[in-house]
Amino acid sequence: MAYLELQGLHRHFGDVKALDGVDVQLEQGEFLSLLGPSGCGKTTALRLVAGFDRPDAGSIVVDGKDVTNTSPSKRDMGMVFQAYSLFPNMTATQNVEFGLRVRGGHRADRHKRVGELLELIGLGHAGDRYPHQLSGGMQQRVALARALAIEPRVLLLDEPLSALDAKVRLQLREEIRRIQLELGITTLYVTHDQEEALSISDHVAVMYSGRIEQMGSPAEMYSAPATPFVAEFIGTMNRLEATVVDGGSGAVEHRGVTLTVNAARDRQRGDRVLVLVRPETVELSPANGDGGPNTLVGEVITQTFLGPVTRLKIVGGAADLIADVPTAKAATLPVGTRVTATLPAQGARLLELTDEPLPEIPEEPGPAGR
Amino acid sequence: MKPRRFMAPSAFVWLLLGGAYFFIPLLATLLFSLKSIQTGKCCTLSAYGWVIHNGDFWHTIKLSFLLALETIVISLVLFVPTIYLVHLKVPRLRPVIAFLALIPFVVPPIVMVVGLLDFYRGSPTWFYDQPWGFLVAAYVILAFPYMFFSLDAGFRAIDVHTLTEASQSLGASWLTTLFKVILPNIRVAALAGSFLALAIVMGEFTIANLAQFHTFPIFLQYVNETQAYRPAALTLLSFGITWAAMLGLLFVGRGRGARPTLLAGGR
Repeated sequence: MAYLELQGLHRHFGDVKALDGVDVQLEQGEFLSLLGPSGCGKTTALRLVAGFDRPDAGSIVVDGKDVTNTSPSKRDMGMVFQAYSLFPNMTATQNVEFGLRVRGGHRADRHKRVGELLELIGLGHAGDRYPHQLSGGMQQRVALARALAIEPRVLLLDEPLSALDAKVRLQLREEIRRIQLELGITTLYVTHDQEEALSISDHVAVMYSGRIEQMGSPAEMYSAPATPFVAEFIGTMNRLEATVVDGGSGAVEHRGVTLTVNAARDRQRGDRVLVLVRPETVELSPANGDGGPNTLVGEVITQTFLGPVTRLKIVGGAADLIADVPTAKAATLPVGTRVTATLPAQGARLLELTDEPLPEIPEEPGPAGR
Repeated sequence: MKPRRFMAPSAFVWLLLGGAYFFIPLLATLLFSLKSIQTGKCCTLSAYGWVIHNGDFWHTIKLSFLLALETIVISLVLFVPTIYLVHLKVPRLRPVIAFLALIPFVVPPIVMVVGLLDFYRGSPTWFYDQPWGFLVAAYVILAFPYMFFSLDAGFRAIDVHTLTEASQSLGASWLTTLFKVILPNIRVAALAGSFLALAIVMGEFTIANLAQFHTFPIFLQYVNETQAYRPAALTLLSFGITWAAMLGLLFVGRGRGARPTLLAGGR
């Protein structure tokens, strides 16, 4: 039996299905990120685990004990919130000590523990400061120490980095992972930032419309998306609607151009499929005639500098693609150049194409949104 | 090095005018209170001596002060948890309560006291005949808008939801959360409401007079009708005592260096 189990969680707010049957199993000491766009139900799931809300159906089991109806104060869940949540009337030390004081125990032991935790988060020197005397990153570190002080059974983090600037966010997410591994604490992390989720998690669960679309290791999620939504949400993906023309050779037809995709082998002729191609696997060269096998010809219409690579958008004929090419090479393919884009037969993924429209990803609200 | 900041001449003029508006009446009252009853000329402290040695003065001001304290305590006990729960659980009730809080402004005290006397007729004598009962009940109603709007502003300045949830996730009960987390962070708002309640009770005349309770404003009015210079001395002394009481409340309620109403989520 897993250490943390969410079993068939449902939660409705009026007519809105916030959670529509969420199942999660997490072993002790593992780090799971719930990843998804705004309104997908990830924070609702976390609040149910914390006990701030109750599910309409389903249960939450921690270490074999059903805690679905246990009050939040008795769940032993440490939580770090999206908004700065330190108690403004207490110093950093008092904030970290709060949970320990509520539980009682010897003062000397409490002080020792608080000191250790402040050192762990690198704020041993700032214990006497009030929250308004700390930066945003420092406040979230203290909030993390406060959550860890009670030695929680599960650590819950609700977009704790979203209010911080990019540099601090990067630094703090590495610290969170370091501390989590050091303490071996089971962690549930909510974020809408896929890079954040992929970089620090053992497992990632992508949520959409109150359901988990796919759960797996970060590498699996990136390389083998199971649904069009996951493909779109994790990284950038070219999605080509196509029809299988020859299941033996893996040939598919996309806007009148025949492409070979290994993953299409053994498919029935006439099957409608979605060919998924990562931008970094597309090879570009200046156009020369109609190109060759597995190519699409189009014109570079935009270039976006991303540092070591530059992202090119290619449109024209059957092509509507994004390609990431080394920045030095991109300089040889300025906007307006006709290029041949070669698609990889091996690396492309294939998904069944249904009649449902492909999902749109809504924009994320500001950091303090509830 | 910071550049020195000078006050603009126009600001200085307005400050002077504002100060004059407040201090000239006080100065006039002081000069009037120093006049001799026999000669009508300045300066003698006999009016102050009379006030200080007057038993009714001490009795009524003590009564009014204790009534104010009782009003403050009852108001805080009633309104703090109520407004906390409204902000936390039923925010849609807030406009309703805000509307109710305006009623004491709209209903004249004379109408209110007649209604209250009628409403409470038949209640136990320990309540109806005592200032600690009937009068405080009326004063809590009078203080309601001041307490509500002060506390409401305090609760709006903090992130009630996040602070409560953070406290609960750390194992705190509702009471611990209220006393250790919420109250210290709305302390300034609670103090502001308390000051206003104190000022109202110390000066309330209509209800006490019609309900026939002998509070400080009734004594002041009686002296004003029957004496010449002594009411001025009485006014200044009561003014000083009320301000001292406010400072006392401020001292009791002050914190230790935190910024109590700072937004939890804001910087």
